[in-house]
Amino acid sequence: MSDKLLTVENLNVTYPGRAGVTHALKNASFELGRERLGIVGESGSGKSTMGRAILGLIPKPGIVTADRLDFSGKSLLTNTDRDWQKLRGRRISMIMQDPKYSLNPVRKIGDQIAETCRLHLGSTRKDAEQRSLAMLEAVQIRNPDAVYNQYPHQLSGGMGQRVMIAMMLVAEPDLLIADEPTSALDVTVQNEVLRILDRLVADRGMGLIFISHNLTVVSSFCDRVLIMYGGRILEQCAAKDLGEARHPYTQALIAATPSLDHPKAELATMVRDPAWLL
Amino acid sequence: MAPMIDIEDLHVTFSNGGRSVHAVQGVSFSVEEGESFGIVGESGSGKSTVLKAVSGLIPSESRSLTVNGRPAAERRSKADRRLMQFVFQDPYASLHPRQTVDEALREPLSIHGLDRKDERIEQALAEVGLLPEHRFRYPHQLSGGQRQRVAIARALILRPPVLLLDEPTSALDVSVQAEILNLISRLRQANKLTIILVSHDLGVVAHLCNRIAIMQFGKIVEVVNTADLSAGRVTQDYTRRLIEASRGFVREPS
Repeated sequence: MSDKLLTVENLNVTYPGRAGVTHALKNASFELGRERLGIVGESGSGKSTMGRAILGLIPKPGIVTADRLDFSGKSLLTNTDRDWQKLRGRRISMIMQDPKYSLNPVRKIGDQIAETCRLHLGSTRKDAEQRSLAMLEAVQIRNPDAVYNQYPHQLSGGMGQRVMIAMMLVAEPDLLIADEPTSALDVTVQNEVLRILDRLVADRGMGLIFISHNLTVVSSFCDRVLIMYGGRILEQCAAKDLGEARHPYTQALIAATPSLDHPKAELATMVRDPAWLL
Repeated sequence: MAPMIDIEDLHVTFSNGGRSVHAVQGVSFSVEEGESFGIVGESGSGKSTVLKAVSGLIPSESRSLTVNGRPAAERRSKADRRLMQFVFQDPYASLHPRQTVDEALREPLSIHGLDRKDERIEQALAEVGLLPEHRFRYPHQLSGGQRQRVAIARALILRPPVLLLDEPTSALDVSVQAEILNLISRLRQANKLTIILVSHDLGVVAHLCNRIAIMQFGKIVEVVNTADLSAGRVTQDYTRRLIEASRGFVREPS
């Protein structure tokens, strides 16, 4: 099995506007194997745009160009709508930040998960139900039968996020993009959800792109990290070496984070260098 | 010396239709003058509710609730309100979208009948690091960090001895959060402010506060000083779990 799941070379996303062209993503290049890759950055850094561009979800009038954007050896740039339909939710899935806005409020949880099975795996009604229940169990929902028949508003944030994970993983995709999957959750719940995600990704040999603004979470959860700023990838490094990051922006981000373990009288503030955007 | 804020056996109950929720269940603490006191907890723990009850924004019951040595009435007088001011989480929601910065800062001055309004507004802006050109802008013309600076300026323009902060930086990026936290700690020293800070982020609370109360299910689990918290000298399991969780993800050995 080839290790390269995704190859991105000089990916650009631009939005034309009255005041000229905005580069939401500029010359981003990276490779992904069956590993956990973190993308960190502040708001507006282009980290979510990256996730959407890979899934072909950049809305018009946005323009996506790249020298290469290959998913398991096949270019995504020439995909038709029909090609995307076969890919999204089946081979590449995405978990969004807030389950409140990503689940359909007027449909039962179980039906929403089963829909994925019926659509992508061609399951029968019975089979889809069984798979969905098994998946709810896999994300450690204690009483899957009850939750299957509940509506999204009856679930807590942590439960909702588990349901989202179940829905995205039930078709057993090769690549999972998680965009701030735990940012709306309490810290103790966050770690439970991460643990579930971690185990499923490891067991099924998936690639994971984990988008977050939280350096602590990314550096402790991922294998490798991309640091983004102003639509550019400034730096790539192994997550465990983030402490020795070389780029001044990464260093400034770390210094600006208040920490329980390393108290400081004054937090370092960031002096942004226009040269970072060249 | 009497503490600046003293609370004994505070209870808050919300009733909604036939159901009632006992959101704060017998919380007691006191905060000395010039101290900064933190309250951490997860969503639904009642931390923000405590802060709102202290400021009189919601009705509460308690054996005693004194501010600056005087019992706080259920309906606060103007003089009571001048003792403490509030900064909320989301600066975009707490600033009126159709008021300029100047109008937002002028309002508390008119309510409390203070003179030299222009001078005070200019000074308040300078204190929080905003420029004179920001004075006549609307909130949507400011960045998130600048908006939170306006909210802090509005709180401090009455020169209250007590500042209440409810998640003041959780809507902000880390680099902006650092600027706002530095600003708060500078203003605290310059004005000898007493602070109560509510946050879900242990790092933020530990950075600003001397003493920290950990809340869960409407009760204070324990109160520790910051050095003990960083060193892990805590007595309750829940506190330990919070500390561990805030340090990041720990992979199970496979």
